[in-house]
Amino acid sequence: MADEIVDIWVYLSATPLLWLAATFIVFQGAIWLNARLGSNPVLHPVLLAMAGLMLILLLTGTDYDTYFEGAQFIHFMLGPATVALAIPLYDHRHAIRRLILPLILSGVVGAGTAALSAVGVAWLLGADRLTLLSLAPKSVTSPIAMGVTEKLGGLPSLTAALVLITGSLGCMLAPPLIRLLGIRDDKVKGFAMGLAAHGFGTAQAFGISATAGAFAGLGLSMAGVITALMLALAGAWI
Amino acid sequence: MHALPGISLILLCQLAGETFVQLLELPIPGPVVGMLIMLAGLVWHGAVPHSLRLVADTLLRYLALLFVPAGVGLMVHFDLIGRDWLAIGLALLISTGLAIAVTLLLFNLLLKSNNSAEGERRGG
Repeated sequence: MADEIVDIWVYLSATPLLWLAATFIVFQGAIWLNARLGSNPVLHPVLLAMAGLMLILLLTGTDYDTYFEGAQFIHFMLGPATVALAIPLYDHRHAIRRLILPLILSGVVGAGTAALSAVGVAWLLGADRLTLLSLAPKSVTSPIAMGVTEKLGGLPSLTAALVLITGSLGCMLAPPLIRLLGIRDDKVKGFAMGLAAHGFGTAQAFGISATAGAFAGLGLSMAGVITALMLALAGAWI
Repeated sequence: MHALPGISLILLCQLAGETFVQLLELPIPGPVVGMLIMLAGLVWHGAVPHSLRLVADTLLRYLALLFVPAGVGLMVHFDLIGRDWLAIGLALLISTGLAIAVTLLLFNLLLKSNNSAEGERRGG
C-alpha cells in the first residue's frame, strides 16, 4: 500500500498537473481562511497561499523549478491580465480627459516618490543591488512590476512578494493618512490608494465609494505605465 | 465560445506589444505596450466588445491568483531576504506612507485649482 502511494507520488510529481492543481486548491483554501479571519489585508489570500505552497514544497522536498513546471500556466496569464488593464482605463476615459494634467502630474510625482524613496531608504541601509532593483517597481500592480524588474535585471519573484507587502501596508496606512491630512474628496482618496497600493488599495477604495474605486483603478493603471516608462528611462540613463 | 474573440484580441495585442518591444529594443515590458495598443484600439473602435469585457473582467477578478507562482519563487531568495530584511521592511513602510501622503496632497491641491479654473471659465 505504502509502495503504491509512493509510486503514485513519483508519477504525479513528474507531471505539471500536480502543482497546477495544488496552486488552485491552496489559493482556494487561502481565500476561505482569509474570510474566516475577517478579510484582514495583512493576511491577504495571496500571502497565505504563498506561505502554504512554500511549506508544502519544503516538506515534500520539491524544488521550485519542478513546482514552476506546473504553475507556469497560471503565471503566463499575467501578460494577458496586463493587456486587460486597458479596459478599466478605457472606461474612465472621460474623467481622464477632463483631469489629464492633474492626473499626470500627481501620477508622476506619486509614482516617482514611491520608487525613489523605497530604493533610497534601502540603499542607505546597505541593501544588496539585486534588492534595490527589485524594490523600484514595488508600488505597481504585480504583472507590470514583475515585467519591469525582469527588464531592470532584478528578481521578479522578490518583486512579486514586495508588491504584495506594499499592498497590505498601503491598506493599513491610507485610512489614518487620509484622516490626518483632512482629505474629503473620494476621487483623491481612491487615486492615491490605487497609485501607491495597486490592486489591494483599489479593492479597499471600492469600500469607500464607487467613485473612489474608479479613481483607484485609474491610479493603478497610471502607476503601472508611468513607473514602467520612468524606470526604463532611468535604466537607459544608468 | 463567447470568450473566444476576447481571448484572441488580448493575445493579439500582447503579441503586437512584444513584437514592438523586440523590434525597437525597448526596456519596457511587452504586455504594457500591448495594453497601450489595446487602449488605442478601444478609443478608435469607440466601445468595448462584449466578449472582450467578459474575458478582461474574469482575468482582473482573479488577478491575485496569477501572482502566486512567482511569489512562491521567493523561497529561492531566502538568503537575500534574510540579509536585507530590515532595509526591505523599512523601505516598504516609509515609501508606501510617503507615496500615499504626497499623492493625496498634490492631487487634492491640483483638483481644487482645476475646479476653480473651470468655474471661472463657466462664470466668464
